[in-house]
Amino acid sequence: MSTPNASSVAPPEGGRRGLFRRRPAVGTPAAAARDRRRSKQRRRLANVAGLMAALVLTGVGYSALAPGASAADDPTGNPSNAVEAGRELYTRSCITCHGSNLEGIPGRGPSLIGVGEAAVYFQVHTGRMPLVRQEAQAPERPPIFSEEEIDQLMAYIQENGGGPTLPSGDLRAGDLAEGGELFRLNCAQCHNFAGEGGALSSGKRAPSLREASDMVIYSAMLSGPENMPVFGDNQLSPDEKRSIINYVQTLKAQADPGGAGIGRVGPVAEGLVIWVVGIGALLFGIFWMGTKA
Amino acid sequence: MATNTVPGPRVGQPTSLAGKAAFEVDDRLIVAGPVRRTLNKVFPDHWSFLLGEIALYSFIVLLLSGTWLTFFYDASMKEVIYDGTYAPLRGIEMSAAYESTLNISFDVRGGLLIRQMHHWAALLFVASIVVHLLRIFFTGAFRRPRETNWFIGVTLLVLAMLEGFAGYTLPDDLLSGGGLRIFSAVFLSIPVIGTWVYFTVFGGDFPGEVIIGRLYILHVLIIPAILLGLIALHLLILVKQKHTQFPGAGRTEHNVVGNRLFPTFAAKATGLLFIVVGLCAALGGLVQINPIWLLGPYNPAQVTAGSQPDWYIGFVDGGARIFPPWEIVLWGYHIPPVFWGALGLPGLMFGALALYPVLERVLTKDTASHHLLQRPRDVPVRTSLGAMAVTAYVVLWISGGNDLIADKFDLSLNAMIWFGRIGFLTLPPIAYWATYRICIGLERHDREVLEHGIETGVIRRLPSGEFIEVHQPLGPVDEHGHGQLAYGGASVPKKMNQVGGARRAIRGFFKPIEEPAEVQRQAEIEARGLESEQASRRELTGSGRPSEGGRPSEGGRPQDPRD
Repeated sequence: MSTPNASSVAPPEGGRRGLFRRRPAVGTPAAAARDRRRSKQRRRLANVAGLMAALVLTGVGYSALAPGASAADDPTGNPSNAVEAGRELYTRSCITCHGSNLEGIPGRGPSLIGVGEAAVYFQVHTGRMPLVRQEAQAPERPPIFSEEEIDQLMAYIQENGGGPTLPSGDLRAGDLAEGGELFRLNCAQCHNFAGEGGALSSGKRAPSLREASDMVIYSAMLSGPENMPVFGDNQLSPDEKRSIINYVQTLKAQADPGGAGIGRVGPVAEGLVIWVVGIGALLFGIFWMGTKA
Repeated sequence: MATNTVPGPRVGQPTSLAGKAAFEVDDRLIVAGPVRRTLNKVFPDHWSFLLGEIALYSFIVLLLSGTWLTFFYDASMKEVIYDGTYAPLRGIEMSAAYESTLNISFDVRGGLLIRQMHHWAALLFVASIVVHLLRIFFTGAFRRPRETNWFIGVTLLVLAMLEGFAGYTLPDDLLSGGGLRIFSAVFLSIPVIGTWVYFTVFGGDFPGEVIIGRLYILHVLIIPAILLGLIALHLLILVKQKHTQFPGAGRTEHNVVGNRLFPTFAAKATGLLFIVVGLCAALGGLVQINPIWLLGPYNPAQVTAGSQPDWYIGFVDGGARIFPPWEIVLWGYHIPPVFWGALGLPGLMFGALALYPVLERVLTKDTASHHLLQRPRDVPVRTSLGAMAVTAYVVLWISGGNDLIADKFDLSLNAMIWFGRIGFLTLPPIAYWATYRICIGLERHDREVLEHGIETGVIRRLPSGEFIEVHQPLGPVDEHGHGQLAYGGASVPKKMNQVGGARRAIRGFFKPIEEPAEVQRQAEIEARGLESEQASRRELTGSGRPSEGGRPSEGGRPQDPRD
């Protein structure tokens, strides 16, 4: 389903990731900061061909070049520009499965009418889209598109399909304990009590929330990707969503007071520890005592 | 005793303070005889005989830590609002049981450590019982006259599992409640009486208000009391019947070769007690177990992904997971699939386990008393049956955690279920066949070594051009070079080093505790002594070592392997 253009994006992507790995991480390790840093490099080394083609096709003169490049930082700066660039990206990488009018293609991809920019943010930002191949569930990967390109895609989908938009403000501005209660009620049955994820049927899975940023969690609740139900604002109010995010991120940052967390997945890991470490150590111990005859 | 009441020193009277005290005690209680007999009791020495002791010592850890926990635990399902140290739960409605467990974890000094030690010790208790049981099974230690103790042991295992399940439920967290819900469904699945059993146990609709209190009394009083009584009985019978031993030099059906209880065995046992307590403490302090604060209080509307029981109930869960969704109707009564997986299968398993000694006695018609153990290879059928049962258990066990395995290893959960179903039916027979062949192979090799000697690895070319391997016989040989030793059920040396082919190994488990030079000097002295004293006799060591160019011995004459 990848067009030649999209595949031409991939090789430099790998190279950039290698470069990124060699550089020691500085500053906060938070996911948001990492995303920002990654996207900055991506912007620096962006797919020049793609950007140039977009610019030429939109017919914007050289005078518009500077504002166009900063459109990512301020998506409202030149909306029609971004929409046009988004259309170009869509035509290049998404149209095969989602159709020329966002209507979706049976057996390939769902309609994007009404999913809104929240869905685009989640799917493209976590690298789930564009899809490499059809399988049980799109796996999480490093994103293919730059922040700027994602913004353009979001603008295009929002303009033509409509749907939920991304929130603004502090996404953790909610009550911690209430968030916990809502998390256990709505999320834990698939994502596990500590957000470590779990298996669903036929190779599908509820992913771990360990790497998820605030906005990724929020947009997932808004758009209900893959097998996840949509938690619209009529089901979980924006405040409740923020409470849940607050709880999830607090849990993730929280140390394990009891020692090694062993994955926070419950008794299976504990059983493994008692048999491998506990019984293992004791067998060694009694074998040692046996040689002292 | 009246004659002893006369004060004053007499011949044979103790003079030290301790001696006098002991004398006075014995004067009143008359315990010297029994104590002497007990202290002089001989226990055979083998590392695998310590497995049951691990279970005993983890039970001691459980009793001590559990008693401490009762000081702070509140077995009540009364609804309270949490206002404690753990911020993410503040203001949440929960049961008093859960709140008190949170307080033990966060507000009681040392509470979390003791709670975690208790839980790890519980996992260790059941695990060591299982390992002990496997040792008993595979060495035939359950045979007459020890069937009673085997039966008590199986009862102890079942009780330990029930005890563990009750303890798992007490914190009343999300995982406990999930387990309780499954337990209630298992009750309901019992044909005919299920509903009544359920209401008797829960006293009303799920979860009701009494179940935690009832499980608490079961957990801290009834089951521990029975466990304690049965463990005492288990040990008394063991002492009365004497411990089994592996066959070997000087060991017969009528003696016990080993160390006296005091001081050697007592020292070892105390050391092992410290190792077990230390391990529980280390795990309790270093590895988090059952983080109830992450799980949250139980609410029947909530459940978490990866809800699992502790490992020892895992196979029951696995059985329930892989049993096909067949709604079977028998005599007009509907029997749900969970009944077969969660009650039928374990019932069958433990029934077969408990009755195995009787079954084997009837099928083999071996009704003699046995005090010598068997090597697993010498009883291929039993060993293979055991391997088959263990394989089936492991498949069920894996199936109990199949969702986590599917998630962590990127597999399909459905594929894991089908692996469980197909594996449960096909892998045990394969395990039986493979184990049987391995046993037969090992037995044949033992016989081969006894007949032809140890393979030295030295290849010799005969004048005719034929290559043969030089064998070192273990005993006298006949005119064909065949050994005449009978197999005694003990380990047969398979390498030259085991019969002194190499210099004696330097002693020391972690690091050498001997000087190599000193050992070598002693070995040389010994070798010289042997040469002078036993020059005419057959020898396994010294000049006969093929590595030194000598011939193994007269018996080790190059032989035709086709003989």
